Amino acid sequence: MTSVTLSTPITGEYEQPIGLGQFNARSTLRRSRVSNHLNSQKSSQINPSNEEVLCSVYEAGEKDVDIAVQAARKSFEGPWAHVTPEGRGKLLVKLAELFEENLNLLAAIESLNNGKGIALAKGDITHSASCLRYYGGWADKIEGKVIDTDPERFNYTRQEPIGVCGQIIPWNFPLLMWSWKIGPAIACGNTVVIKSAEQTPLSALVAAKLIVKAGFPPGVINVISGFGKTTGSALTHHMDVDKIAFTGSTVVGRQILKASAESNLKKVTLELGGKSPNIVFNDADIDNAIAWVNYGIYYNHGQCCCAGSRIFVQEGIYEKFVERFKERTAKNVVGDPFDPKTFQGPQVSKVQFDRIMGYIEQGKSEGATIETGGSRHGTKGYFIQPTIFSNVQPNMKIMQEEIFGPVCSIAKFTNEVDAICQGNNTTYGLAAAVHTANLNTALRVSAGLKAGTVWVNTYNSVHHQLPFGGYKESGIGRELGEAALANYTQTKTVSIRLTNAPFY
Amino acid sequence: MSDLFVDLTAPNGRKYKQPIGLFINNEFVGAKSGKKITTINPTDEREIATVHAAGSDDVDIAVKAARKAFKDPSWRDVATSTRGGLLNKLAKLVEEHAEVLATIETWDNGKPYSVALGEDVKGVVDVFRYYAGWADKIHGQVIDTTPNKFAYTIREPVGVCGQIIPWNYPLSMASWKLGPALACGNTTVIKAAEQTPLSILYLATLIKEAGFPPGVVNILNGYGQEAGAAIATHPDVDKIAFTGSTATGRQIMKLASVNMKNITLETGGKSPLIVFDDANLEQAAKWAHSGVMENSGQICTATSRILVQDVVYDKFVELYKEKIKLISKIGDPFKDDTFQGPQVSKAQYERVLGYIEAGKKEGATLTTGGVPYKDVNGKGFFIEPTIFTNVKDNMTIYREEVFGPFVVISSFKTEEEAIDRANDTTYGLGAAVFTQNITRGHKIARRIESGTVWINSSNDSDFRIPFGGFKQSGIGRELGEAGLAAYTNTKAVHVNLSGC
Repeated sequence: MTSVTLSTPITGEYEQPIGLGQFNARSTLRRSRVSNHLNSQKSSQINPSNEEVLCSVYEAGEKDVDIAVQAARKSFEGPWAHVTPEGRGKLLVKLAELFEENLNLLAAIESLNNGKGIALAKGDITHSASCLRYYGGWADKIEGKVIDTDPERFNYTRQEPIGVCGQIIPWNFPLLMWSWKIGPAIACGNTVVIKSAEQTPLSALVAAKLIVKAGFPPGVINVISGFGKTTGSALTHHMDVDKIAFTGSTVVGRQILKASAESNLKKVTLELGGKSPNIVFNDADIDNAIAWVNYGIYYNHGQCCCAGSRIFVQEGIYEKFVERFKERTAKNVVGDPFDPKTFQGPQVSKVQFDRIMGYIEQGKSEGATIETGGSRHGTKGYFIQPTIFSNVQPNMKIMQEEIFGPVCSIAKFTNEVDAICQGNNTTYGLAAAVHTANLNTALRVSAGLKAGTVWVNTYNSVHHQLPFGGYKESGIGRELGEAALANYTQTKTVSIRLTNAPFY
Repeated sequence: MSDLFVDLTAPNGRKYKQPIGLFINNEFVGAKSGKKITTINPTDEREIATVHAAGSDDVDIAVKAARKAFKDPSWRDVATSTRGGLLNKLAKLVEEHAEVLATIETWDNGKPYSVALGEDVKGVVDVFRYYAGWADKIHGQVIDTTPNKFAYTIREPVGVCGQIIPWNYPLSMASWKLGPALACGNTTVIKAAEQTPLSILYLATLIKEAGFPPGVVNILNGYGQEAGAAIATHPDVDKIAFTGSTATGRQIMKLASVNMKNITLETGGKSPLIVFDDANLEQAAKWAHSGVMENSGQICTATSRILVQDVVYDKFVELYKEKIKLISKIGDPFKDDTFQGPQVSKAQYERVLGYIEAGKKEGATLTTGGVPYKDVNGKGFFIEPTIFTNVKDNMTIYREEVFGPFVVISSFKTEEEAIDRANDTTYGLGAAVFTQNITRGHKIARRIESGTVWINSSNDSDFRIPFGGFKQSGIGRELGEAGLAAYTNTKAVHVNLSGC
């Protein structure tokens, strides 16, 4: 059996595929079915709001991964190679439309499996569709150059696809991360084997059905579920995968680089963790700053790679800011993700819950002060109270390590130089923000911060048109915008001699 | 029936509602000028419909509407991805209404229905979709100079764009103009040709349905001397884009100088097609035939001047005549097997016949055709495909653009001679070279003074590749990414970061 019936308050009952979304290029009979798996291992899906089991999903073993890679290779060298760039673009745009038509279903699954509020889940699906549509528009605009060297030669470059791309995505924004990977890879003419996170495989499997409906040839996009240690590792070590794109923790990112070195030196791009500074100057508009600082850490329950988890406030407004921030935090509604009033739902799993609570204990034992929160919220479900630590030292674990929960630290700074210095005091470099009314402060501090994205007077303002990625240990390469195309193409130079050899 | 719509039944039986007013602020209105244009079906010379023709007062109203819309937040502040979304929606609507649009095109212009549907209207969908994709990818730059300056450029829309399009590909030409203009955030006043005023009015209904705010696209019909001139001289039009004859193009340049409007022009051509002795002659003849005989020869890039290397000249001319016999079936454009329909109007028909007379008078040899074709119920502006040989380079039929199913074929001896004679023209729109020698192909491509060079094909254009003229064939480029340049203004912003 490859599907089960689940239910959500928004959709009522719906059919949830649980097999592997493989579109075996060898067999046209199996073209539109979620296929059977060779491995019979399953992973249980827990609803983080009430800790109950939703269903079990088949996990791809090494042999399944191999079948998926073979299907991707066959279609890369076969039917997909004959689809024009324009054709690829049309398929992506069609897929975007299908996402929009199925907005409620996909959002409901996201809330069910991940625990995020339903309003935010709908936002995720809308952005996923926009991202796919954006890359649909790029497909027929990926151009090489003609480069004039001398009259003896006619030279040009081609931007060719890389080949079979393995993509491993996280659980914090399941479908959004799916679209960030699929969009550019497909626009550039690659084929894909994409592994969802073991905590949140459900929406990817439903999206797999939409891929067939959109009209993608079999084998172009293969969707598999599984654990990192088994399925992910099989993919990253596979000798016929040309490229790996990974979003997840820095620890796993390191393993992926090793796996590439140990196998076929596959190209690697990584989006990893962060400990991003959110810096508020004396002259900031305090109402706006509070709104963005609150959103910067508690959005998605703190489960954002770019979360503004280290808050630096200039000493002139520090006391006032802390008081107002505490008040604002207390207003965040923690509760059932299907309740439209909910802002913060449960953390995604027990493992994450325990981890975050562990950091909270750590913070207390290292001597930091809890301004608000610091405990579990309620008795059922992985809910944690929004938490603020003050009186922190830069070398404390809660200041150096990524917590990935609704927990932040707040500290003071004196001046611009101090702000930049404290902001950069981290092995990470994913994002940062500056809140100020002074244009020159904003421009100088943005230039000084070592982060892939710097926001000014806002936070978490990600857009499919704008490149996003990490400095230092936050990653390699950039996603989104035109920049993502570089991850999925390789340049070939062709140089044609027009005259005789100058020597014989 | 209202004064602004008529119910029509096309020769293929299709019934539809034809708008006949001016389209301003998303509504059809009558022309204050009181003037009208009656359009004729070139296949049987019967009247199709009469539409309102804009005078200078009407143009003024349209320009005011476009200016208002340009400043209005409902268009000015729209996210670029959303702008792209509207163009995508329009593409979808054109696809849904393809058959009606193709029917109107064939009825009014005379091109075969299979071509109107499969190429013209399909091209419109493709162009709108392509530019929809560009809308949110028009990037400025950040340019690092010194630590005291933060400098960046923004690509802004130009403003209110006047656009004047020709009758040879009415809907296609509308899409080449509207696509990039709208993708870049401009508003437009677009005037169709007086010979083919109908299809663009139907397109107007789809523009409204797609959700473009009122005033973003305004569509007028009118006479060139009046409405066209009014647009070109209007002080509140920021840019003019024109496709048509070189003579009119010159006029537009003069008129536009009144407020130094930004100008882009796509004008005429007398494009050379060179056949070397090592060419695949069969293929060369095939492309040389379609390169001037398609669309009844009414193509700006028609490769109407063929230069064949002497040793293969006779064979080529025979092959060419065979292609005409095999492919150039003249007839009612609504019939599936018709290749060549009528010329668009009596004036164009008489013009081509005039060039035939000139050719004979100047002493060239009429090898094929050279007469009207009367076998479509004895009516219609049909002319037989015509070849002149023994043509001297100073003859009018060799130098001037004929714009009909009319080709001159000359011979040459050497490569250098071919290049020189190919460039011996005031035009420079297209050119074609037939050779199996890859080196020669690329080298000649660099020496020919033409905006497009085809190697081993002709008139093989693609909307993703820039298109435009050298010399008197035009100013600026359309299509591809290059097409965006005509519709953006680059603004540089310098921020002083030093304290002083």
